[in-house]
Amino acid sequence: MNRVIPLGVLALAILAFATLLLVILPGIQIRTEPPTPGLEAYTAAESRGRDIYVSQGCVSCHSQQPRSLDQAPDAERGWGRASVASDYFYDQPHQLGTMRTGPDLQNVGARLPSRDWHLTHLYQPRAVFDWSIMPAYPYLFEIKDKAARGDVVVAMPGGYAPAGKVVVARSQALDLVAYLKSLDRTFPAPRAGVRDDGYSERGEPR
Amino acid sequence: MSVTIGLLLALSFLVSLLALAFLIWAVTNRQMELHQGQAYTVFVPGEAGQADDATMAGDDPQALGPHHYDTARAGIDAVSRRPVLVLLASGIFWLVLGSVFGVMASLKLHWPDWLSAYGPLTFGRVRTLHLNMVAYGWLSLTGIGVAIWIAPRIFHTALRHPRLPILGAALWNIALAAGAAAIASGWTDGEEWLEIPWQIDILLAAAGACFVLPLLRTALNRNVGHIYVTGWYYLGALCWFPILFFIANLPGLHSGVQEATVNWWFAHNVLGLWLTPLGVGAAYYFIPKIIGKPIYSYSLSLLGFWALALFYSQVGIHHLIGGPVPTWVVTLSIVHSVMMFVPVIAVAVNQHVTVARNLWVFKASIPLRFISLGALMYTAASFQGSIEALRSVNTVTHFTQYTVGHAHLGAYGFVSFVLFGAVYHTLPRLTGRAWPWPRLIAAHFWLVVAGFAVYFASLTVGGVLQGLAMLDVTRPFADSVTLLKPYLEARSVGGILMTVGHLIFAIHFMAVIVRGRAPSSASDATDSPPDTVPATAA
Repeated sequence: MNRVIPLGVLALAILAFATLLLVILPGIQIRTEPPTPGLEAYTAAESRGRDIYVSQGCVSCHSQQPRSLDQAPDAERGWGRASVASDYFYDQPHQLGTMRTGPDLQNVGARLPSRDWHLTHLYQPRAVFDWSIMPAYPYLFEIKDKAARGDVVVAMPGGYAPAGKVVVARSQALDLVAYLKSLDRTFPAPRAGVRDDGYSERGEPR
Repeated sequence: MSVTIGLLLALSFLVSLLALAFLIWAVTNRQMELHQGQAYTVFVPGEAGQADDATMAGDDPQALGPHHYDTARAGIDAVSRRPVLVLLASGIFWLVLGSVFGVMASLKLHWPDWLSAYGPLTFGRVRTLHLNMVAYGWLSLTGIGVAIWIAPRIFHTALRHPRLPILGAALWNIALAAGAAAIASGWTDGEEWLEIPWQIDILLAAAGACFVLPLLRTALNRNVGHIYVTGWYYLGALCWFPILFFIANLPGLHSGVQEATVNWWFAHNVLGLWLTPLGVGAAYYFIPKIIGKPIYSYSLSLLGFWALALFYSQVGIHHLIGGPVPTWVVTLSIVHSVMMFVPVIAVAVNQHVTVARNLWVFKASIPLRFISLGALMYTAASFQGSIEALRSVNTVTHFTQYTVGHAHLGAYGFVSFVLFGAVYHTLPRLTGRAWPWPRLIAAHFWLVVAGFAVYFASLTVGGVLQGLAMLDVTRPFADSVTLLKPYLEARSVGGILMTVGHLIFAIHFMAVIVRGRAPSSASDATDSPPDTVPATAA
């Protein structure tokens, strides 16, 4: 340990080996998978909504990766089947998440398909669930005296509506809801789909 | 396919074991020519055997005997003085700002309607700002500052290109401020630990080069044959981090789940191959330096270093256990997470035994107390991490606040504590001025120790309860949210105590710097040896 160059070369070789195993090989395995049959590319509005989801940092509290029933009751909570790599074909940046301060959202569009429900919930989550600790997003909405033609008015239960005014969704809120509604991966997973089967009793996928 | 993958898995494990066996062989046969005498590299001849701490209690520091004042080393320190001061000051600035955002994020989890009217202050952005400011501001800049102070001392030569790190610090600060503004306004790359837009990352990379080049040139021009263990960690980190940062931030290359594997390969290596070497390296220097005795077993440190490189570099995918990634790569990361016991025990034996044999210094010196407590929390965080990666444990703790507690045990309990101690030790030597209010050092110590104990305990207990509630299908999801509330409130209390400690630290640091500007004390730096400063009441 008296030479700088050999030390650096060996250190880099170890990192290269780790990169091969953690980045390159899984990358090859995942990238060769076609998108899951039934998965569609995001529309323009959904794509804009996804950008809002990313920029608000929703991933801080919401995962998008239900676990298998061998491991956890995610499916029984209505969060959907265990996801496989090809379900994320069109996702960039990925939003798998590592936190469930709130529920998993991989299939929120199937579980909660109502646009109006989402708008009310985004404007003030506690108007829907009194126990919720989700941030309110009032800046995605406008408070108006009277709705204009074409405005999407958000229904707010008593006490949460501004007195004598109406809450109107801005385009960002509508796009975000379009994205949330698009989160529906209820179609069946391919039999050989890539996922961590380490919890499966017989070591067999699903 | 599964056969191929099984073979690859076996190959990886075999290579790791072979490398480890080679290492043990090399050490026992003295192929590495490592001997305990080289552990004295940190001392100037004649210096070993005396405690070295400007903040230590005692009737009169002069009574310890004629204090060595090595002119050669003073010359070395004088060259690195400016860049180190700039880096430490920048780091502490980001610590304070990052802590404020951390407390805001914590409060928002139990006061969800507080400051919710403004996009830049929404939870998802405030939390991200906290992470980026403390990881890339406080930990990275202060860690580099400490490295720039230590490296010339262990290489026995003055820092090369001493102006370059100042330029680097300026660029890094600008880039980080721009990155923070981008995240606050909603412009983000959108992956955890990689939120700063890649366009701004180019500036960060340029700044990084301004730190790497001087340190490498100093290492190549050293006046001592042997590279002390701290130097291995620093050189390793300097090789690893630029590569990690470059590959992970390449725009447009990664997508879908493949991007997630890159994300966690990077994010865990930021901890394992960047922040950990900065912290462990500093601890390996300061513990023997402050105590005045070399570390317990120098050859063991070699095993610790290479095992860290081998195992830590492959643990990242344990963040995706049970997720849509290949089973083999998850298992690979779990195996390596457990293998991390090897380097951690090696470091633990070395550092804790050295301190345990000299407990009187631990009691007398607050910098050492910060650093060796940090080293203890490195051991704790690593053991916890290895256990947490086991599938059965991970099922409960994944997706919960438990992970947040663990992350802070590593990044705060370990790295930040080591850096606190390092700053307290070095600043009097950098400026030639004592800390003006020694009681504030003790106040800082007890505030962050108490605050962090509350923080860690509440998130650990709360996280386990949250995880168990989510696994019990008979309980509604709402249960996992409502049961957390008291634990999140306790965490805010802990976080506020820690932040008050940081404010005291920052004010104290400022006081030392500002006093130097006053004309009356302008000559202090050259007149008084940096080791002769008033005794303090700890």
